[in-house]
Amino acid sequence: MSANVNHSLPLEYQTEQNRLNILGFWIFLGAEIVLFATLFAVYGVLGHRYAGGPTPSDIFKLNDVLIETLLLLTSSFTCGLAVFFMRQRNMKQLLVWFVITLLLGAGFLFMEIREFIHYVHEGATMQTSAFLSSFFVLLGTHGAHVTFGIIWAVMLIIQLLQRGLTPVTARKMFIISLYWHFLDVVWIFIFTFVYLKGMVG
Amino acid sequence: MGIKWNEMLVGGDPLLVGSQIAIVLTVVAIVVGLTYFKKWGWLWREWLTTVDHKKIGIMYILSGVLMFFRGGMDGLLMKAQTARPEMSFLDAQHYNEIFTTHGVIMILFMAMPFLIGLMNVVVPLQIGARDVAFPQLNALSFWLFFSGAMLFNISFVVGGSPDAGWTSYFPLAGKEFSPGIGNNYYAIALQIAGLGTLMTGINFIVTILKMRAPGMTLMKMPMFTWTTLITSIIIVAAFPIFTVALALMTFDRLYGTHFFTLSSGGSDMLWANLFWLWGHPEVYIVILPAFGIFSEVIATFSRKTLYGYTSMVISIVGIAFLSMIVWVHHFYTMDAGPAVNSFFSITTMLIAVPTGVKIFNWLFTMRKGRIQFTTAMLWALAFVPNFVIGGVTGVMLAMAAADFQYHNTLFLVAHFHYVLIPGVVFAVFAGLYYWWPKMFGFMLNEKLGKYHFWLFTIGFNVTFMPMFFLGLKGAVRRAYTYSAESGFAPLFLVSAIGSIILAIGFAVFCYNIYWSFRYAKRNVSHDPWDARTLEWMTASPVQFYNFAVVPEVKQLDAFWHMKKRGETLTLKESDIKKIHMPSNSGLPFYMAVVFGITGFFLVFEAHIAAAVAAIGIVVGLIIRSFDYNDGYYVSVDEIKQTERTWRNVEGGTENHVG
Repeated sequence: MSANVNHSLPLEYQTEQNRLNILGFWIFLGAEIVLFATLFAVYGVLGHRYAGGPTPSDIFKLNDVLIETLLLLTSSFTCGLAVFFMRQRNMKQLLVWFVITLLLGAGFLFMEIREFIHYVHEGATMQTSAFLSSFFVLLGTHGAHVTFGIIWAVMLIIQLLQRGLTPVTARKMFIISLYWHFLDVVWIFIFTFVYLKGMVG
Repeated sequence: MGIKWNEMLVGGDPLLVGSQIAIVLTVVAIVVGLTYFKKWGWLWREWLTTVDHKKIGIMYILSGVLMFFRGGMDGLLMKAQTARPEMSFLDAQHYNEIFTTHGVIMILFMAMPFLIGLMNVVVPLQIGARDVAFPQLNALSFWLFFSGAMLFNISFVVGGSPDAGWTSYFPLAGKEFSPGIGNNYYAIALQIAGLGTLMTGINFIVTILKMRAPGMTLMKMPMFTWTTLITSIIIVAAFPIFTVALALMTFDRLYGTHFFTLSSGGSDMLWANLFWLWGHPEVYIVILPAFGIFSEVIATFSRKTLYGYTSMVISIVGIAFLSMIVWVHHFYTMDAGPAVNSFFSITTMLIAVPTGVKIFNWLFTMRKGRIQFTTAMLWALAFVPNFVIGGVTGVMLAMAAADFQYHNTLFLVAHFHYVLIPGVVFAVFAGLYYWWPKMFGFMLNEKLGKYHFWLFTIGFNVTFMPMFFLGLKGAVRRAYTYSAESGFAPLFLVSAIGSIILAIGFAVFCYNIYWSFRYAKRNVSHDPWDARTLEWMTASPVQFYNFAVVPEVKQLDAFWHMKKRGETLTLKESDIKKIHMPSNSGLPFYMAVVFGITGFFLVFEAHIAAAVAAIGIVVGLIIRSFDYNDGYYVSVDEIKQTERTWRNVEGGTENHVG
């Protein structure tokens, strides 16, 4: 399995096991799409059931949400740069852009947690209404994914420093970039269907 | 939150106390036995840490047998309680718990591991691979399933069983109406087991798409491999829905959210929809691999190529697609309106078309075949008429207007037992008798197998046929007793007698495993049934690397045609190269333990303890991230030696067919 190295392919695709892992991760992302689609469907059903509690326009602060969005979208771009430099075998640039990606991700998390604390102080908790239950679980699931991604990425940075760029570390880097871009796509849907729609509707 | 720790062990009822004592005695016996025979090291090296798909498959199957026993006991208790009117053998609460655990265990912890076990053993062999794509993930799948199954099973002695039915409909299953912790077990144990199943789905899609032997195009794959591929796709598409549904249930029960509650804007129907959006595809997740097993068995013992191979493939793809758009037929009576009901009525009836195509294909495969009445083939033969009864009553239930009469009666219960027992359980038995020599190197006894077959099929029909008529007369499901004036008593008694015959049939099967393990001849050939697919090309039991040289496939039924060309046992030793194999790992077992502990604390709503235990999960993931063990190579000499032992057996081997 670890034999059969094809040097004409990008580093992360060179071994058979790497090709299997990358396909497996794409299928895993398929499962993640179903997972988030279900959460969006739940939000679609429950999102207007305020039960006398606050409505989106009562609590959402679009300024903060816009900053979160910019942070996360930019992090997707820097993540793409990191993979670009990985393909160039430029370890230093790879690490620089990858760390920037994670800092942007951490900034996003900081803003999101601050937003949640603000809501809770306003009396809008997960237990208040079906709208807020589905809101917090949908966004919380996304935020938990980002948190998990940052911890995972830190582990990978340690491995990159220990081992340099090998087919295995390159594959791990490539897979985490897929994961990161996926979370960005989910955020675009959250921004559109939760925040924008909440403010308009 | 109101959990009384001193009442943790459920006591009082003699049945439960007896079970508690039996569990303690069994655990003590296992520990003493392993210590006395000095088998701890063997258990750890050969089983607990294995990543070999064949051993993982065997562990799945063993779990399936155990869970069949547990779920079967629940079934017998229900039958004993309803044997006569107004019995007081079980009270209403105990009966609720038992039909809940019976359903959950039989679907998720009996049918699923049996089928996933057979997939694990057979599919890599059928496609000429050395293992699955991700062997260690495969071990993790098994151990998470096992962890979830054990967590669910301790519920009846520690804390109380879930009691809201296997469907756990809200609002009943919510905190408001089920304040105990029983339904926490449902939400959390199924979550852990479900994670394992999702990983299995991903693993098998990649394995089948990427690891087939050279020359085996998709349309030259054996039918069981095809059904496994489609099943895996349904798993990936459907299980995340259940993951979300269970997570929301957990939030409702543990953290006071309002997803499915009656108050604060929650929607109880949202649970019903999410549950069946997963639950109906789940039915096909268990039935499609079973169809694959019947296809292999019928082709082998009719000694013909499977009739209508292409239409079989189109049918399973069609069934998989339709399985996603029929879920509302489980609750026609819950006010979706005539337009919605009509849509789902039509999609449901449409499923009869590809299923009918498959039934006719099996019949045409047998037509003009030289049928051999082995035990495996008997199960396949009995499947056809019994399953047709289940299917036809299913079309009756599919008609939304008529369903208002059948809904929640024993007619429905009889219907789905007629689908699931011939469809899944018969298939599992057929598959076990068929592939047993491949797994263990000896056959199951055919004579005992036939006793097993006749007792089981007769018992099955005597148990469930009366339930159709009881249901038409108005007997409702999930009712723990009925009055003498209802006139239900005679048919309930017949059904109870049938269940005893059924149980004796299963006991004969267990005895057959024991007998064959002790006494069956060990000189079976590698191809005892004169079969058609690649798994029969290699040794029985299969050597750990599966194939010394990966075979080249030219057409469907590759091994059959190789035999015709006389090129099966010729192995040029110069073709042998060293083989790369994955190393064993204790990490999956460790993950099962920490997941189990975390789940247990969550069930008892001990949030801080659960959070501490969850750190163990993160630690496991980090250890895995830093694990660069790349496996090892098997030397050419070792392969040569292993191959010589089975290719030239002195005294010859016995073929049972041919």
